Amino acid sequence: MSDSHQDANTAQPRPVFRNIGITQLAQYRLPWPGKVSILHRISGAALFLFLPFILFLFDKSLASEVSFAYFANLMGNPIIQLICLGLIWGFIHHFCAGIRYLLLDLEMGVDKAAANRSAISVMIVSLALTAILGLRLFGVF
Amino acid sequence: MSKHNIGPKRLVVGAHYGLKEWMIQRITAIVMVVFTIVLLIAYIVNGNPSYDGWAGLFANQLMKVLTLLALLSLFYHAWIGVRDIWMDYVKPVGIRLTLQVLTVLWLVGCAAYAIQILWKV
Repeated sequence: MSDSHQDANTAQPRPVFRNIGITQLAQYRLPWPGKVSILHRISGAALFLFLPFILFLFDKSLASEVSFAYFANLMGNPIIQLICLGLIWGFIHHFCAGIRYLLLDLEMGVDKAAANRSAISVMIVSLALTAILGLRLFGVF
Repeated sequence: MSKHNIGPKRLVVGAHYGLKEWMIQRITAIVMVVFTIVLLIAYIVNGNPSYDGWAGLFANQLMKVLTLLALLSLFYHAWIGVRDIWMDYVKPVGIRLTLQVLTVLWLVGCAAYAIQILWKV
C-alpha cells in the first residue's frame, strides 16, 4: 500500500453506524418484515403480562353458573372490551407472524419479495380477523 | 461435547442453551397452534355457547389434559421469549437475573392457577 493511499484514507472521516437509540425510533422506517417482527415481540410481551388477567377471565367463565354470569357481565364493560380487543389482536398477530416464522425456518418464502409479501399478509389477515372478532366482542352479531 | 472443543467444530457458546431453547420454542408453538384448532373445532361442533356447553367441554378429562399441555407449552414458550427480551435490552447482570427470576415465578404462578382452574370444573 502506497503512502498517498494511506493519506487519502485518513483524510476522509469514515461513517460510523451505531445501534439505534430510543430517540431515533420515531424516524426509523422499518420494512414490513421489521414491523411484523417488532409487533411480534410487543404482542408476545403484552400477552405475557396479561396472562393472569386472561386466566382470571377463563376461571370466571368456567367455575360456575354464577361466575359465568359475572364473566358475561364483565365482558359488557367497555374498558374490559377494549383490553380484550387488544389482547385478541395480540394473540392473532402473534399466531400469524409465528406461522410465518415457522415457514421461514423451513426456508419457504425467504427471498426479499416473498418475505415482504408474507409480512404484509400477516398484517392484513391479523387485522381483519381482529375486526371480525371485535364485532362479535362488541355484540354486533 | 468434548470432541467439539478443538478445531473448526469448536463450540463457541458457553451455556449450550441456544439451539435447544430455539427448538423448544418452535415445538411449543406447534403444540399451541394444534390446540387452538382443536379448541375452535370443539367449540363449533359443541354448538352451545351457554355455560353448560362451555363447562361441559372442559369437564371432559381428555380436554383437561390437552388444555393443560397447551398451557404448559405456552408458559415454556413465554419463558424463552421473555428471556430473549431481557437478554436483548437489559445488560446489567444483576437486574437481568432479577427480571428472569421474576419471570419464572410469574409463569410458575400462572401454571398453578391454570391447574386449579381446570380441575375445579
